[in-house]
Amino acid sequence: MKNNKAASSPLLDKAGAKPGLFAKNGTTTIISSFISIIIGMAIGSIIVAVVAIFNDSIDARSAWEGIRLIFLGVFSTGRDSAGSLTFGFNPTNFGDMLFRATPIILTGLSVAVAYKTGLFNIGASGQYLMGTAATLAIALSVPSATVPPVVIWILAFLGGIAAGAVWGAIPGLLKSLLNINEVISCIMTNWIAANLVTWFFDANPQFKNASESGKTAYICKTTSNGVATSKMFLDKIFPGSQVNGCIIIAIVIAIIVYIVMNKTTFGYQLKACGGNRYAAKYAGINDKRNIVLSMAIAGGLAGSAAALYWLSGNTEFYWATYQALPTEGFNGIPVAFLAANNPIGVIFTGILMSMLNIAGLQIKNLTTYNEYLTDIIIAVIVYLSSFVLIIKTFLAKRAVKKNDKKSDEAVVETVVFDDDMKPAAENNGEAAE
Amino acid sequence: MPKENDYIIEMLNITKVFPGIVANDDITLQLRRGEIHALLGENGAGKSTLMSVLFGLYQPEEGKILKNGEEVKIKDPNDATALGIGMVHQHFKLVDVFTVLDNIILGAETTKFGFLQKKQARKQVEALCEKYGLKVDLDAKIEDVTVGMQQRVEILKMLYRNNEVLIFDEPTAVLTPQEIDDLMEIMRGFAKEGKSILFITHKLNEIMAVADRVTVLRKGKCIGTVNTADVTKQQLSNMMVGRPVQLEIQKDDAKPGENILEVKNLTVPSNLHKNNAVRGVSFNVRSGEIVCIAGIDGNGQTELVHGITGLDRVTGGSIKLCGKDITHGSVKKRNKTGIAHIPEDRHKHGLILSSTLEENLVLQNFDDKRFQKMGFIRFGEVRKYADSLIERFDVRSGQGAITTARSMSGGNQQKAIIAREIDRMKPLLIAVQPTRGLDVGAIEYIHSQIVAERDRGAAILLVSLELDEVMSLSDRILVMYEGEIVGEFDPKKTTSEELGLYMSGAKRDNGGVKNEE
Repeated sequence: MKNNKAASSPLLDKAGAKPGLFAKNGTTTIISSFISIIIGMAIGSIIVAVVAIFNDSIDARSAWEGIRLIFLGVFSTGRDSAGSLTFGFNPTNFGDMLFRATPIILTGLSVAVAYKTGLFNIGASGQYLMGTAATLAIALSVPSATVPPVVIWILAFLGGIAAGAVWGAIPGLLKSLLNINEVISCIMTNWIAANLVTWFFDANPQFKNASESGKTAYICKTTSNGVATSKMFLDKIFPGSQVNGCIIIAIVIAIIVYIVMNKTTFGYQLKACGGNRYAAKYAGINDKRNIVLSMAIAGGLAGSAAALYWLSGNTEFYWATYQALPTEGFNGIPVAFLAANNPIGVIFTGILMSMLNIAGLQIKNLTTYNEYLTDIIIAVIVYLSSFVLIIKTFLAKRAVKKNDKKSDEAVVETVVFDDDMKPAAENNGEAAE
Repeated sequence: MPKENDYIIEMLNITKVFPGIVANDDITLQLRRGEIHALLGENGAGKSTLMSVLFGLYQPEEGKILKNGEEVKIKDPNDATALGIGMVHQHFKLVDVFTVLDNIILGAETTKFGFLQKKQARKQVEALCEKYGLKVDLDAKIEDVTVGMQQRVEILKMLYRNNEVLIFDEPTAVLTPQEIDDLMEIMRGFAKEGKSILFITHKLNEIMAVADRVTVLRKGKCIGTVNTADVTKQQLSNMMVGRPVQLEIQKDDAKPGENILEVKNLTVPSNLHKNNAVRGVSFNVRSGEIVCIAGIDGNGQTELVHGITGLDRVTGGSIKLCGKDITHGSVKKRNKTGIAHIPEDRHKHGLILSSTLEENLVLQNFDDKRFQKMGFIRFGEVRKYADSLIERFDVRSGQGAITTARSMSGGNQQKAIIAREIDRMKPLLIAVQPTRGLDVGAIEYIHSQIVAERDRGAAILLVSLELDEVMSLSDRILVMYEGEIVGEFDPKKTTSEELGLYMSGAKRDNGGVKNEE
C-alpha cells in the first residue's frame, strides 16, 4: 500500500524520530514517582516552617532541624555534645527501615498484581488480618516440644498465605460469577475479617498474653513457642535493630512475582484478562478462572505480609482490632502505584515509605515536632501517587515538543495521521456544546 | 441549481499543524449556496480536521474563513452556531436519559421568567419534522430509540437552531441501507430549501448519488474539486488513494469441497431481551466457498457468530466442525479445532489495546510449543513471528512489534487481526464486518486476502451489513431476518433490491433454507 498510514500516537512516538530518554516509559515512571515524593517532602517542610511561625516555643533553628530530618531522617545519629544534629550511617535506623518495609512491600505486590490483571484490590487489609490470625494460631498452637520450630515456621507461613488467598478469592469469585464490583466486596470482606479475627482471639484465650501484666489485649509473641524468622546475618550488619530475614524473603517473592507476571504464559494470560476480559475470552482464555486466580494470588501476597511480620518474633498483635483495619493493607496501594505496579519497583517504593516512617520517629525523638508530620507527608505522596500518570503525560508531551523542534520537513511526508485525532476534536466539542 | 460564484462559506488556504503532523496543508474549499458538497478522503486524510476548523474546534495556523464573502473568526462552536453552521458528529452528542425533545432544545431553550417553554418548542420541532419528513418520537428517551432516529435528532438540533450550513461527519457509517436512502432524500430536501451541506465520507456510491461537487483530500493536501457529473467512481477512488484501485473483486468461481461447518436448528438466547436472538437456524459452509450472512444489523447475526465461536451459550441445536460436534465445547477447543474469527468489534473482542502488537498477534497461540518452554514465553520466537506477520501483511505502526495496539490506526488494527487469524490456517474463517470503517485501499486488500483464503481451501462465513460487499464477495448468500434465515441466493442470480426485500422482512421463503448435502 502506498498510502502511508504509519500510525503515530501524538504523545509518544513518531515515525522516524527516535523517542528520547524522557519518552521511555520506565524512565518517565521513575522520574514522575520521584517528583511526587519530592513534592510530598517539600510540603512537609512547608508545614514545619508554618508551625514554627505560629508557635512561639519553636525557633528557626529547630524548624530547620525538622526540615533536615524530613529529608535525612534515616541517616540521623542523634545530637552531639554541642546539641546540634549529627548525621551518618545509623545501622539501627536502616535495619528498622528494612524490617518495616517488609509487610508493605508484600501488600504493595498484592495491589500491583491485582492491578496488572485489571482488578483493584482494596481488600489487602482483610487478607492481611486473615493471614495474621492463621499464622499466629499455627505458630502458637503446634507444640514446639515435638515439632521442630523450622517446620512450625513453614506451616505458619504457608497457613498465612493460604488464609489470605482464600480471603482474596472471595471477591474474585463474586466478580467472575456474578460480576459484582471487587472494590465493594473487598470493603465488605475487610470488615468481616476484622470482626472474625477479633471473635476468633476472643474465643481462644490460650493465645492471649497472660504472663505479662496489662498485656491481655495482646497475643503472645511467636517466640513464646520458640518460633521466629532467622536473622540471616542481617543483625550483624544492622546491630540494634529489629531486622531479620523476612526482608530477604520479601525481595525474593517480589522477584518471583516479576518473573511470573512478565516471563510466563500464566502471567500473560492474567494480564490479557486484565487488559481486555472480552478479548481474552475470544482468544480461548478462561477469563472467569483467571479473575479468581489473580485475586487469590493478591490475597496470598497480603497473607504472606502478615505471616512475615508476625513471625519475626518481636511483634505482638493487638487483637481487639474491630475498630480499625491494619494500615499495612492500605499502604500497599501507594507503594504499588508509586512503582507503577512494577514488582521490582515495589521493593524500592516499599523501602522508601518505611524510610519516611523512620524519619517520623527521629523527628519525634529529636525535636518538639511529633511523628504525625510524616503521616502528612505520606498522605501527600499517596495523593500524588495517583497523579503519577498525569506527571508522566506531562513529561511525554514535553519530550514530543522537543523532538518537534528538531524534526525537519521530511517528517511531513512520512508521518500521517491516526484516528486518535478525531476523538480529541469531539471531546472539545462536547465541552463547548 | 446552485449558482457558480455564490459562495456561502469559503475556507481559503487553510493550514493546520499538529505536533509532527501537517493535518491540513493549504486547503481551499468553497461551498456554494444550496449545494451538497462532499469531502472525500481516506481515514486520516484530514477531513475531520478541516471540518473541526470550520466548526471552531481548532484554530488554523494559516488561512482564512469567509462567510458570504466577508472574513469571519470562528473561535469556538458557539461562534459557529451564531454564524449558522451546524454539525452532526460521527458519534452523536446526545444525553441518553433525556427525551428527544429535551435533547433538541438543549442549549437553545426558550424560557419565560426562567421557566422552560416546552410547548412552544414542541410546536416548532413538530413543524420542522413535518416540513422535512423527519420521523421522531419526541417523548421517547434517547437510550430507547434506534441509531437512525438518534441521527434525525441531531439533524433536528441543527434545524431548530436555524443553521444554514450543515456539516455531516460520516453520517452513513451507522445506518442500514434503507436508512441511508432516507437520509439521502432528507439531504436533497435541505438543498432544495437553500441550505448548504458539507458531507464527509469515504463511500463513493453515496457521493455519486447525492453530491453536486466533491473535494478530494489525500494526506492533508487538497487534490482537487470536481463536479460529480463529470467523474466516475473509479476516477474518484484513484484521486483519493493516489493510485488505480480495483473496485471490483477479482475472483474465480468457487470450487466447494466437503462440509466444514454444519449448523442445525441452532438457538441462541439474546443478551438484550427475553426472546431468542437466533431461532432454529440451519445451514452449512463447505471448504472453498464464501457464504455470506446478509441482514440489517440486530437480526441475530452477532449472536449466531457468538454461538458458533462459543462466546455465547447455545440453548438448542447442534454445531459440527469438520464432522466433530462442538456445540458445547470451550472457546479454546473451538479455536484449536479449527475456527479463525475476525470479530465484529475489533476493540472489544479483537485486541487488547493496552498491550503491544506482538502480544496481540499471539493472543490464541501463546501456549503453542513454538512460543513457550515449560510455561516461560520464548520472547525471541514471538518477536520473530510478529515481525514476519507485520512484513507479510504490511501492518504499519510507529514502533513495529512493540507498538501499543491503541496507538495504531483503525485500518492497521484490523490488518493485524486479519494477519493473526489468516495465519492460523484454520479450516473455517468467520469474518464479521471485516471492512467496517475502513477506506478503499484497506478494503481492497482485505477482500483479496479473504478470497485468497477461500482459494487455499478454507470455508468462509462472512457477515456483512454492506450490500455491495455481500454481492461482490460471496459465493452464496443467506439472508437473516429476526433470528431466522429467510432466504438463500446465488449472488449472480439476484439483485440488491431482491435482497433488500428479504432483509426488511417483506418477503421470505417458506420453511427457511433447505440443507444441501
